[in-house]
Amino acid sequence: MSVLSTPTSAPSATGLPDAEPGLRRRLAARAARLPRLPRLPARVTARLTPAARLWIVGALTAIAIACFLLLFIRGSFDFTFPRRLTMVGAMVIAAFTQGVGTVVFHTVTGNRILTPSIIGFDSMYTLMQTLIVFVFGGTVIASTEGLPKLVAQTALMVLFATLLYRWLFSGRFGSLFLMLLVGVVIGMAFDSLSTFLQRLLSPTEYDLLSVKLFGRLSAVKDDYLPLAFAVCAVIAVVVWLRRMRLDALLLGRDAATAIGVDHKRELTVMLVLVATMIAFSTALVGPMTFYGFIVATLAYQLAGTYKHAYVLPMAFLLGLFTLAAGQFLMQHVFYAAGFLTVIIEFVGGLLFLLLILRKGTL
Amino acid sequence: MIEFADVSKSYQGTVVLGPVSGVIEDGGITAVVGPNGAGKSTLLTIIGRLLDPTSGTVTVGGMDVRTSKSRDLAKHLSILRQENHMTARLTVRELVGFGRFPHSQGRLTPQCREKVEGAISFLNLADLADRFLDQLSGGQRQRAFVAMVLAQDTRYVLLDEPLNNLDVKHSVLMMRQLRRAADELGKTVVLVIHDINFAAAYSDRIIALRDGQVVTSGTVAEMMDDAVLTDVFDTPVEVHHINGRPTAVYAA
Repeated sequence: MSVLSTPTSAPSATGLPDAEPGLRRRLAARAARLPRLPRLPARVTARLTPAARLWIVGALTAIAIACFLLLFIRGSFDFTFPRRLTMVGAMVIAAFTQGVGTVVFHTVTGNRILTPSIIGFDSMYTLMQTLIVFVFGGTVIASTEGLPKLVAQTALMVLFATLLYRWLFSGRFGSLFLMLLVGVVIGMAFDSLSTFLQRLLSPTEYDLLSVKLFGRLSAVKDDYLPLAFAVCAVIAVVVWLRRMRLDALLLGRDAATAIGVDHKRELTVMLVLVATMIAFSTALVGPMTFYGFIVATLAYQLAGTYKHAYVLPMAFLLGLFTLAAGQFLMQHVFYAAGFLTVIIEFVGGLLFLLLILRKGTL
Repeated sequence: MIEFADVSKSYQGTVVLGPVSGVIEDGGITAVVGPNGAGKSTLLTIIGRLLDPTSGTVTVGGMDVRTSKSRDLAKHLSILRQENHMTARLTVRELVGFGRFPHSQGRLTPQCREKVEGAISFLNLADLADRFLDQLSGGQRQRAFVAMVLAQDTRYVLLDEPLNNLDVKHSVLMMRQLRRAADELGKTVVLVIHDINFAAAYSDRIIALRDGQVVTSGTVAEMMDDAVLTDVFDTPVEVHHINGRPTAVYAA
């Protein structure tokens, strides 16, 4: 028998509650006085279960994708539709890798401010592209497209990340924040190196390069997509199987270890997965520093629960909705299709600053 | 039985603990006391495998805490640290539910729910069960974390300053509950405590640390002595017997 099987209905057996009815009344009164949550109207918050919220966002996403795919087709359907379908495929990959990657990263690092880009992935991508143009000249960058290049870039990025983590987690430092700090410094070093090399390029080559350096959904080659989908599917299964452990990691390193989660192993596995995801995303649609941040922050607000079983799909759906609806509006309402990622980065950057200023700490 | 042998911990050459050796017998409450910086919390977190010692071995109930699987250990040993930072927003009931993680891996069974509710009422949290942790006072939050540890239902319970943030009334209630857990269920409770009089009133054994070393240890009767306490705390302490209870007087 256990101490905890004491029935709730007979609390006096514990010798506690009957002794203090006054406290209970005071607490009940205080609970009644508590202000409502300012986020959503309380009635709405109470009625919508996390599953219902997912269905609503899912439906909105489906509508946005349908609009993007089917409306405003000028000219041949057979020409336009497959191209748009490829873009939707790229959106799915970007939303999954950035949304899920950022949420998982936030969970294992125990903060909700720093994003994977902070450990230098975008910077490494930029440096790699710059180096290719610098060493081989601008024409090469156009002619070396293809699966091997993508796989090589991804492998290089994951290798870089794994080496960094292994070095930092060797026990010499043992501090996540130190690791993040090193990530920032390395990212800055890569950025500076890229800027320096870009200064040395001829204007034509720089122009060719700058096309590569901003996320371009419309420039995705459809032969990348099957591989990207396969990788994402595998990652999705692994993350889904570990969703409960991710929940436990929210308690922080010590409490998670105390309830039997091998924190170090989970951290390493998750960081390798995050590295793979962000590398794929960066190589496929270009660097997007704040997109994952926006999506994850919104997902925490809208999911209505801490459980990863809901937060992760919510982040993915919100990411997809943002891209599909944004691209649709930019293309057909504002006639500025290329600027979607710029706007996402702008809004995301503002949100990032706002949250940092409000919280004051990491 | 908890055994630690030649356990030491140092940071960049500065030794903060040990090497210390000792045994904590099964059953009852063992209080770890000592001045600030004595290494009490360090010793407790090493026993609870949250901190790797620089040297030495620790076994809890025959399991080596460094080599055993964390998941298996979590069914035998629970530990609560002083500060608990959390990323997500949880209600009290959700937090206490995490105590069942070693047994259910996140999927609460009906039996788990029963234990969770039991732990909540045990710590008198029933009215607060659906409140978010960030809506609670420090003391209420502290009780919620202790409820989580009790829901884990382990034979060995390690608590780092469980009376932190608690007022006199709730300190007394907390110690009574821990006393009951030890007496009626044979749990082995080890806690770090600052108030020597609380240690004397509710524990069976006291281990005194100072400057990273075990100065002395023994039963309450042995430890509640002018000379012993004066030595441990490096401050004049007199022990008076008030209503038959040894009481340390030091603020004079």
